[in-house]
Amino acid sequence: MEGMRLPPFQALLDEHRDVVYRFLVASLGRHDAEDCFQETFISAMRAYPKLKDDSNLRGWLLTIAHRKAIDAHRARARRAVPVEEVPERAGEDDVSLNGEPELWRAVRDLPPKQRAAVLHRYLNDLAYVDIGTVMGCSEEAARRSVHEGLKKLRLVWAG
Amino acid sequence: MTRLEQALKGSALPAGDAGAEVATGRLLARAEAEGLLDVAFTTIESPFGELLAAATPRGLVRLAYDMTPKETIIEELAATVSPRVLEAPGRLEPLKRQLDEYFDGRRRAFELKLDWRLTRGFTQRILRETAKLGFGQVSTYGEMAKAAGSPRAVRAAGNALGSNPIPIVVPCHRIVRSGGQLGGYAGLLDSDIKRRLLELEGALGPSGQAKLF
Repeated sequence: MEGMRLPPFQALLDEHRDVVYRFLVASLGRHDAEDCFQETFISAMRAYPKLKDDSNLRGWLLTIAHRKAIDAHRARARRAVPVEEVPERAGEDDVSLNGEPELWRAVRDLPPKQRAAVLHRYLNDLAYVDIGTVMGCSEEAARRSVHEGLKKLRLVWAG
Repeated sequence: MTRLEQALKGSALPAGDAGAEVATGRLLARAEAEGLLDVAFTTIESPFGELLAAATPRGLVRLAYDMTPKETIIEELAATVSPRVLEAPGRLEPLKRQLDEYFDGRRRAFELKLDWRLTRGFTQRILRETAKLGFGQVSTYGEMAKAAGSPRAVRAAGNALGSNPIPIVVPCHRIVRSGGQLGGYAGLLDSDIKRRLLELEGALGPSGQAKLF
């Protein structure tokens, strides 16, 4: 596309790195977040020169991060062959975000759609319409997922 | 907003969390390994202020004085070479070492691959001829025009040298006016940098003019 001048990739990294990283930590825990962070930005670099619309780069990066997080959750589910009664989440890093480890554990235990929707809404501060774009669903469905997610969190988080 | 919503919003990574930074370091290594790092740049301290250096997988493509803002140069590289531009000092480590040695008087020639893609035609021919000049070896705009095959294009030779995207390493400072007056440098009419570079190379006579053969 002639005339399209994309900003240097470094600018995207500087501006959106922390948002993407924080989203992935909240979504996956610190260990998987690091791998996923790389997958996200490597995919983004691959696609970047052909990007047609640079009006919402943050949303574009979060869309990629969202998909990578789903892949990571699926991979983790495949790995987790039930082995007798292993104490739940032994060794998993749970104090990944400030303040409320129980809350973040509860967030991570939400069903994937609700977890993602809640994180996009509150952690990433996206409007419902943008959550829909990032998650590939309608604005209404995004609103519903956030609502359902909050309802579940209220049950387990005493706050 | 409920307390729950506030708790979700108020979360941040612990202050001083280096997770994203560590992850970025590994990202750079992987981008390089997978051939995605089209332009790597870094800044290098020099006696003439901070230099911005950029290299493609083919070689050094740009070296810039701080007269031009760093952001402008990075944006130009994104527009003219590739938008996949990242700060990645690793690729420029040999340049940094050789520049340090050169400024220290311990190095007379650069051993680096160059990427000429920011120049074309006559400009590139002039600059390639310039790159053949050795340490302290001074020539004139007229000689360079002749060497590039257009003996009458003396002024054009001056313009070509003024637009050199890789100064110091492509030693346009070694080209002076036919009488030995220094002439312009880096797009400026009069430059202290040119004088000091020639001085470093022992190519400046007592009168402040360049020593021509």
